[in-house]
Amino acid sequence: MSDARYSPLHDLHVQLGASFTDFAGWQMPVRYDSDLAEHHAVRERVGMFDISHMAEISVTGPQAGEFLDFAVAGKMSALALGQAKYTLLLTEAGTVIDDLIIYRLGEEHWLVVANAGNRFAALDALTARTQGFSVDVIDQSDETAMIAVQGPRARAVLESTVGLQLAPAAADRTESTLAELKYYSTLPALFLSHPVLIARTGYTGEDGFELYIDATVAAQLWTAIAEAGEAHGIVPCGLACRDTLRLEAGMPLYGHELTLDIRPAQAGLGKVVALSKEGDFVGRRASEVELAVDAPVLVGLVGEGKRAARADYELFAGDESVGVVTSGALSPTLGYPIALAYVHPAHSAVGHVIDVDVRGTRIPFTVSPLPFYRRKKD
Amino acid sequence: MSNPADLQYTEEHEWLRVEGDSAVVGITAYAAEKLGDIVYVDLPKVGATVKAGTVVGEIESTKSVGELYAPADGTVTAVNDAVVSAPELVNSDPFGEGWLIKIDVATLPQLLNADQYTALTGE
Repeated sequence: MSDARYSPLHDLHVQLGASFTDFAGWQMPVRYDSDLAEHHAVRERVGMFDISHMAEISVTGPQAGEFLDFAVAGKMSALALGQAKYTLLLTEAGTVIDDLIIYRLGEEHWLVVANAGNRFAALDALTARTQGFSVDVIDQSDETAMIAVQGPRARAVLESTVGLQLAPAAADRTESTLAELKYYSTLPALFLSHPVLIARTGYTGEDGFELYIDATVAAQLWTAIAEAGEAHGIVPCGLACRDTLRLEAGMPLYGHELTLDIRPAQAGLGKVVALSKEGDFVGRRASEVELAVDAPVLVGLVGEGKRAARADYELFAGDESVGVVTSGALSPTLGYPIALAYVHPAHSAVGHVIDVDVRGTRIPFTVSPLPFYRRKKD
Repeated sequence: MSNPADLQYTEEHEWLRVEGDSAVVGITAYAAEKLGDIVYVDLPKVGATVKAGTVVGEIESTKSVGELYAPADGTVTAVNDAVVSAPELVNSDPFGEGWLIKIDVATLPQLLNADQYTALTGE
């Protein structure tokens, strides 16, 4: 544990009584009190998460847009100022090194957000792909903290956070307030004169925001949000509920649904690979080849009762092994077991029943549409 | 939560309240805390013969699965139906209403006292 990494908010988490877990080498809060209560708080009110373990990589320079179009699967040069996009970093073989959110912050400035466990894989791949481009790729992960505020009352909390205000430049945007800010868009803000990037993004299936800020003032921002959130019933939330929330929302988690052995089309992310964009990009040639007819595909599964199908449990049709669960839990919102799994395409149709081997007991699960949970739009 | 002095403990984080030949068995607050919110409990049937150290039940949280080991050789004489329908009792009252099974003990192995168990978990 001597090499464990700690968030700039670690002392606050200790004071809040968090239980910690190792996540990609980081000691991060797994829960503060009850992971179920934290989960429900996000669905019903609002929760706040420290996700400072995420990796932030800035890409700047006159050819930054062209470079990203070559380095990742989507067309990042097409993003408007302040816009964000979910994309994938592919190998030449068209498999997934990481899934990313990329933000356009300026004419020649993009921010790449990678998973904590893939910080160096993403950085190395991006750096290796810079050859021939006039571009700088800089790892800013150590200096950057990230706080997610998620749930139906997230906007009200941020609007009342003392010391947090939109930057003057926000007035020039078409979406110039938090109320107007669309999903996957950002606004520049200030907290105690430090720049904050506020993005309407998240990993919970609820409305919400992710805030990027200097690590040095992250604890003050956390405290200000917590104080503003008190009136709205905000609770600090750990990684345990982050996982059940994203699973209900049908969102992939790298290392589970996405790996170096998986092509995007298998995960239902074929459209994220912009084959229509001009020019070459890493993984294009392989992505143009159709999936093998027997390539496993990602499906949602729902069960009855209370016993969860969990990651690595095997799927059976009769005696035949037909796939494997990649994530699963008893859904706190829905009350029944849900899972994501890769199955042979012959068993992937919605309504198809497959047995999951739950520690020696075969339990039937039904292939279900994704996501499992969709928030009601107001 | 401190470990009650009137209970005995196993290294698998179970507690026993021994009364004559009978023992009530549950999991410790430490174990419940490590599991997180418990959402499903699978217990042996009344009348089942159990052997010390073997898995006789499962305790599932949202995040993981814990196994219930029989702390002694014996026969199950009661199971706590209340925790089957409300597994959160294991979190809220692990040493009381969150008890799991009652067994008639054939032979009681060497167990830990509260101080020894507390030392084991380092809390």
